[in-house]
Amino acid sequence: MCRLAALTSAKYFSPIENVIALETMKEGHDGSGMGLILKDLGGDFKDLKSYPILSGICSKDGISALDSYMDKLGFRLKHEWSPKIKPVKGINKRDHYFARAYDYPDEYKGRSLEERESLLLNTRVALRKMGEADESIIVFAFYPDIIALKEVGDPMQLSEFFGLDNSSLKAKIIFAQGRQNTNYAINLYACHPFFIQGYGTMTNGENTAFIPIKEFLQGRGMPGYIGYNSDSEVFAHILHYSCKHLGYPLTYYKDIITPLKSEEIDTRKDSEVARLLKMSLRPLCIDGPNCVIGFTPDGTTFMVQDAKKLRPGIVGGNKGKFGLMSEECGLDSAVPKRDKSLDVFPMKYDMVIIEPDAKGVKVWNQLQGWTTIIS
Amino acid sequence: MEPASRLDNNHKLTLKDFPYVVRWRDDRCTRCGKCTAVCPMLSIEPSVVVKRSVHSDGPIPNPKSARQTVTVIKQSTDIDRYCTGCATCSLVCPNEAIEPEFNPQHKLAFHKNRGGHPYRRGGRRNDPLVSTLDRLKFTRISMLTDPALDAGRHEFRIRTYLGRILPPEELPIKLVNGNLKLDKKSDTFMPPVREIYPIMIGSMSIGALSPNMWEGLAMGITYLNEVEGMPVVMCSGEGGMPARLLRSRFLKYFIPQIASGYFGWDEIVRALPHMIEDPCAIEIKYGQGAKPGDGGLLMAHKVLKLISEIRGVPMGVDLPSPPTHQTKYSIEEAVAKMIQSMSMAWGFRVPVYPKISATQTSKAVLNNLVRNPFAAALSLDGEDGGTGAAYDVSMNSMGHPIASNLRDCYLDLVKQGKQNEIPLIASGGVGKKGNLAANAASLFMLGASAVSIGKYIMQAAAECLGDEQNRCNVCNIGRCPRGITTQDPKLYRRLDPDKVAERVVEVFKSVDIELKKILAPMGRSTELPIGMSDGLSADDPAIAERLKINYAC
Repeated sequence: MCRLAALTSAKYFSPIENVIALETMKEGHDGSGMGLILKDLGGDFKDLKSYPILSGICSKDGISALDSYMDKLGFRLKHEWSPKIKPVKGINKRDHYFARAYDYPDEYKGRSLEERESLLLNTRVALRKMGEADESIIVFAFYPDIIALKEVGDPMQLSEFFGLDNSSLKAKIIFAQGRQNTNYAINLYACHPFFIQGYGTMTNGENTAFIPIKEFLQGRGMPGYIGYNSDSEVFAHILHYSCKHLGYPLTYYKDIITPLKSEEIDTRKDSEVARLLKMSLRPLCIDGPNCVIGFTPDGTTFMVQDAKKLRPGIVGGNKGKFGLMSEECGLDSAVPKRDKSLDVFPMKYDMVIIEPDAKGVKVWNQLQGWTTIIS
Repeated sequence: MEPASRLDNNHKLTLKDFPYVVRWRDDRCTRCGKCTAVCPMLSIEPSVVVKRSVHSDGPIPNPKSARQTVTVIKQSTDIDRYCTGCATCSLVCPNEAIEPEFNPQHKLAFHKNRGGHPYRRGGRRNDPLVSTLDRLKFTRISMLTDPALDAGRHEFRIRTYLGRILPPEELPIKLVNGNLKLDKKSDTFMPPVREIYPIMIGSMSIGALSPNMWEGLAMGITYLNEVEGMPVVMCSGEGGMPARLLRSRFLKYFIPQIASGYFGWDEIVRALPHMIEDPCAIEIKYGQGAKPGDGGLLMAHKVLKLISEIRGVPMGVDLPSPPTHQTKYSIEEAVAKMIQSMSMAWGFRVPVYPKISATQTSKAVLNNLVRNPFAAALSLDGEDGGTGAAYDVSMNSMGHPIASNLRDCYLDLVKQGKQNEIPLIASGGVGKKGNLAANAASLFMLGASAVSIGKYIMQAAAECLGDEQNRCNVCNIGRCPRGITTQDPKLYRRLDPDKVAERVVEVFKSVDIELKKILAPMGRSTELPIGMSDGLSADDPAIAERLKINYAC
């Protein structure tokens, strides 16, 4: 089972904090990979928030194909960050790791956010397809203020490999996953966290309803709903589908993936809506063991459990810095000085939501509504 | 000289030509006459034969022969009185002196067509082979990374929806102050949807079934709904329903069926203003799996007083329904007119769906329904379905197996992204070998939202005597030895409706446990595993390839 370490803070911090938290939970991952997503970036990218950042890995051939494709579309490179790779035994170095901020093509300068997002997604999908066969281009994200970094190896060794301890990379929200690979082949595209158009999730479970969910999402006709190298990638897409495509408030994500029983729905104020959503979104119900941690474009982070609460998950911290972890020891490492009595272990009906800039923690209960925990 | 006709035995059959040969034991028989009294086919009768016996009295052998007239049980060689193997004679025999024995070399199919009438029978196909459904296994078992749920301790919710489901994009929902609200001013049509138990009792009419059998089923599902909290529903079949039931609060557990004969619909329409509950749904029958392209037939023997009253027809006449609804020329028209008018009759509060025989054209019908906002579901009846009366050739050779037909239809919906919008109900051989829960779960994983059962519930709840070896199969002629499919009070009084109801409840409660035992290791608990095809494997590569599932051997 993977280990998850997410931190959200009012101040910029380094991803090494997440990696150290993962290290304390080490028995839970097998070192078969690590994924990092940084949101609300500091450091070099602090002043580049409006420019989309392409995060990925390329071979020598791949990088030139990527350059010529981006040129052809009219994207202009504004800034590039590459890790200072320090060779570490056991980690196979690839040719190029990068996070590149681009300026939009001229014809998109005055366009709406919607059109720009669509361009970024289509570009990301096209690049992915270009390099899929020979792994010459691997793209994890192409979106403003987001950097994704993934590689095969132990999280601690990878942070040394990428030089994260001395890196200028900083952000206010950082998600990290220490991977326990249950697939036969290690595929980087199967590495969490997953990201699509401002929405990201990671999970420490296995999704038994993967096929029906995948088939439902693929049938929506959205260009980004592809891939699915991991059975958990669908969680990010369900979040995107419910919040962005359907425009539902975040709390309905919980109602969609773990719907209430009919009798329970009767007790809700919005029972008419909840009943309709349960029926219409029936294929998106998850039964499998999953703790899902995610974020939305405005910087809200959250944690939800499957209806059986079959996976560990804890949220805690102080105003200004909160952690969402799969293990308590990870949270102790990241936010040691906190009131532990306020820690939240979300159960069957709960969705723990942390406001942007780590202002406070609220719990949404499917039956009871809002409860403020830490503010 | 004897006339030739008296000497000619050429046109008679021997017992070896019959599917069942009655084994009678002279030494055990007490000549009580029970067996001949209960035989529904009059295949056996008391008879006398003259026996010559040789015996010797006294200490020195002195054989003497004597002629003796003895009573015996004789099996008829008249093809119209052939033994169906129901074994009711064995049931009533106090001394185990009689039983029918299957004769695999029988030639019934060569001879059972006298008067130019092809062999017609009720019941099941004579296909003892293992069905495709029984060749599927659940192979995606949760264990370590994905721990199995506990069927005994975790909470399970085995329910499904009957009714058209709007896609989320079309729901009349608006965002008000950060909350979702139903947009009541929207003119979006909200199709009616029912939450039901995913195993339904399929269409078997009053008329096909005896009053006691139908009453037993009805009492069983009422108990399940009202006491056990299991929303099992039942289709009335063609031919209407008792007026008292139409006006009762129990109507919500029933799905009245309208078929091409329109029998009983006068009564239903007349009862409309007096209904205090809406029916669960309305089923429009276009075809049945056991005889695709053929109409219904209730043979004259079964049209007695009760049936003639419910159906509004004279007593003692054959009641054939034509193969099509005579007022319609096409599925497009039927969809447009019939579904809509039935919906309208109940104020668009009741789901209306068609039932068709599974055939190569199922996908075409489905595609037509997908575009109709009033179509609530599609029921697909595969070739293994039963019937009250069908030509032998229809039962054995016509139609499409349900597994691949359902799968094709489901994958067609998936391709269009409409798999949750129109529920598919699968039937035809579900539980044929007794594996009801496994067969039903397999069909869910292949894409069914619900399954219908008919034969299984009759076999289980009323201890039907028929099997897949031509045994019994006289549902059509009103001589059902169990009293299940007869209108003869002498026969149906054998069946206690309370016992049937009790068995119906037992069947559903036990299948519920079995379903949990399948769904728990598959990791499913709150929703049915509809379309969870990665959980299934077939033991035959061709089946696996055809159904687009895994192959395991």
